[in-house]
Amino acid sequence: MIEATGLRKQYGDFTAVDGIDFAIEPGEAFGFLGPNGAGKSTTMRMIAATSTRSAGDLRVLGFDPETHGPEVRAQLGIVPQADQLDEELRVVDNLIVYGRYFGLPLDYVKRRSEELLEFAQLTEKRTARVDGLSGGMKRRLTIARGLINAPKAMLLDEPTTGLDPQARHVLWDRLFRLKEEGTTLVLTTHYMDEAEQLCDRLVVIDKGTIVAEGSPAALIREYSTREVLEVRFGSARNAQAAEAMAGIGQRIEVLPDRVLVYDHDGEAAMSAVHERGLSPITSLVRRSSLEDVFLRLTGRSLIE
Amino acid sequence: MSELLLEAPAPTVRGPLRGIYAGNTRSVVARGLRVIARNNWLIVVTGFFEPVFYLLSMGIGLGALIGGVEFYGTEVPYAAYIAPALMAVSAMNGAVYDSTMNVFFKMNYAKLYQQMLSTSLGPLDVALGEILLALFRGLLYASGFMLVTTLMGLNLAWTAVLAIPAALVIAFAFASFGMAITSYMKTFQHLDYVWVVMMPMFLLSATFFPIEVYPQGVQWVIQALPLWHGVDMIRQLTTGLVQPSILLHLAYFAVMILVGLVFTTARLRALFLR
Amino acid sequence: MSESMPTRTLADAGGVDHGAVARRSRTWGWWFVAEHRIRAMRSYVFSWVGLGIGEPFLYIVGLGFGLGMLVDANQGEQGVDGVPYIVFVAPALALAAAMQTAAQENTYGVFGGFKWFPMFFSMGGTPISAAHIVLGFQLSVLVRVLLPLTAFAVVMIVLQLGTVGGALVLIGIGLLLATAFGFAVMSWVSTQTDDRGQLSFIERFVVVPLTLFSGTYFPLETLPLLLQWIGWISPLWHAVELGRTALYGAAIEPMMLLVHVGYLVAIAVVCCLLSIRTFAKRLDK
Repeated sequence: MIEATGLRKQYGDFTAVDGIDFAIEPGEAFGFLGPNGAGKSTTMRMIAATSTRSAGDLRVLGFDPETHGPEVRAQLGIVPQADQLDEELRVVDNLIVYGRYFGLPLDYVKRRSEELLEFAQLTEKRTARVDGLSGGMKRRLTIARGLINAPKAMLLDEPTTGLDPQARHVLWDRLFRLKEEGTTLVLTTHYMDEAEQLCDRLVVIDKGTIVAEGSPAALIREYSTREVLEVRFGSARNAQAAEAMAGIGQRIEVLPDRVLVYDHDGEAAMSAVHERGLSPITSLVRRSSLEDVFLRLTGRSLIE
Repeated sequence: MSELLLEAPAPTVRGPLRGIYAGNTRSVVARGLRVIARNNWLIVVTGFFEPVFYLLSMGIGLGALIGGVEFYGTEVPYAAYIAPALMAVSAMNGAVYDSTMNVFFKMNYAKLYQQMLSTSLGPLDVALGEILLALFRGLLYASGFMLVTTLMGLNLAWTAVLAIPAALVIAFAFASFGMAITSYMKTFQHLDYVWVVMMPMFLLSATFFPIEVYPQGVQWVIQALPLWHGVDMIRQLTTGLVQPSILLHLAYFAVMILVGLVFTTARLRALFLR
Repeated sequence: MSESMPTRTLADAGGVDHGAVARRSRTWGWWFVAEHRIRAMRSYVFSWVGLGIGEPFLYIVGLGFGLGMLVDANQGEQGVDGVPYIVFVAPALALAAAMQTAAQENTYGVFGGFKWFPMFFSMGGTPISAAHIVLGFQLSVLVRVLLPLTAFAVVMIVLQLGTVGGALVLIGIGLLLATAFGFAVMSWVSTQTDDRGQLSFIERFVVVPLTLFSGTYFPLETLPLLLQWIGWISPLWHAVELGRTALYGAAIEPMMLLVHVGYLVAIAVVCCLLSIRTFAKRLDK
């Protein structure tokens, strides 16, 4: 339903997106995972027909967004990174007015707005001013707004960035419901837990290129081990301790604040560390995550 | 929620406007009217007072010192001389304020146009909608001001009725141009430059005194600027001293409107759909 | 931290005597506030200088000269108030500009300082007091107002309108007016916590009418009594009366001289105290 080949975006000398290929199927939840500035938002804007590509091919819902912008945008639901709500209007009016931009009939838009307010758990805030809403409420309102035109696909640019943990879970719950109902979700994120929770399939994107592709589980299987041991020795001693740990586990990564040991059995690696007479300040065994995949692929962590 | 699903209709506009116009300007206008109705009708309504204050002060106070002024060979009382000018100025000010300050805020802070252009709307829908809103405001002010001047006996001929549509033409011209210029502005200080152009135009375009007091060269410069055409056009109508030159004024504004619309649409496209 | 044992961490680079800092702020806080604002003004200075020089020239040469042709033609030898119209109107134009600038700075500067770029709250977090913020802010406004006032004075001197000394005294009168009007606007704006458009009412229903009905473009007596009262309560009218006397020696009773100055000073003092009270209340939360 969305297909790109060799998609590029150039701003002057700077290449934001450097020839990427992907294909998104109907009904799937597809993610772009990468650090800030990787080119995720630019890709989203090209899909949404609000940014023209510099090279390559792009088909969105059967149209070329370059020549059929309005047709493409009519079928998409957009949730931009900054909510961009209409602060001069009340909550419910935000939905109504936005629906009218699509040329939908007023009575339809009014009925659907009530329905969406309920979905977004904002019915009580119906006539509240937008600037008084919490961050989580604003984001839910933005998602409701994006649904007003019954879109064939929702584009969500960093849907939970800047929200507190509780608000994130409420939001994920709502997005799950959409997914269950068969809405195609395309989202960008730099949170690995979000990608693991929501995405059926994702591409890891770095410096404008795709470095890996697959389901979260498959990516972890391919690029990481089952478990990870995290040990801290204090910022001055991590590197030195890592040298002493050489040979433990399958792979060792040294970060400024901790050392990561990749192994199928984290507890075993832990005993091995103690056997060498090293005593870390803190230690933790956890399951591998996409963060580890990203670290393996680029040598950097996602959130820097 | 799935029982209520209706697909957004695909825009049906074909031809050269495809992609920039979705034929849905009314939704942009409806949004503006809703904001006025819910939030700031008081601000909009009170904008009517400024030209009335000027008329009372200058018309009565200065009128006592000046007496009458000659216009196309006929002596006109001073208050009746400046009233049409104030109407033209208020049409210009309202349109410029709406299309610069307000548009600047919506572009850069409220991100309103990003919202609009992520739907099936095209840039021309947005531009036309904003301009029509400015015109609606202009219509309110022009009608209110007409009422005041009529009560004060400052309309000297029946042609004065035509001053209302004439004021709308002036507002249309300034609004369509103002939006394009605003699209180049990056900071609030750039808005100051707008007033650098507006202020001299306001003071010198035969608003409070005939331009004949200036040397020929200065007169030509003033006559090249749009406000002078607006003032002279409305003054011809309210005094009844209609001259053939009124057609020239109308032509001037027709060109300005056309150029402004093309310019604004191109700028909106370049800014938000690139 | 005692001075004999300077510890150097990020939080305390050593050598800061916190007692002395507090004492200095108690005395000089107002100046730090003004300095902050004046520094911030430097980025605007170019557009202001451009406007500041253009505006007086336009108003005096454009409006004063143009209207003067009509008025003097009609009034004949005696002119207005015994002088040509351009001389009559020049001091009023300068003072109206001072009032407008002071009003604008105090509207958006004060409201913004609490809301849009909440620097008053960050100042409140330092040893500086509410009174210092109020005084320092107004001082920075006076610096700003000095620009158009000086420009008007220069234009008057170049065009030989009135006396040179008078043009210079006019700057002082302008600063007094800006202080009075500035504090008046500040004392109201500082009580406003939300902008629902009422801020623009200051311009619309105070500044513009005062500019038009304070005997600026014509003697106040020309207006019907019904409208003259606006002039009597208008700080601008009181300042303009003083200004005309200063510039071209317009006749004035000594008693009225006292009334004009006293009125402006009284407004300044009362509104300054009100502002300090409001600032203190809003910063204490």
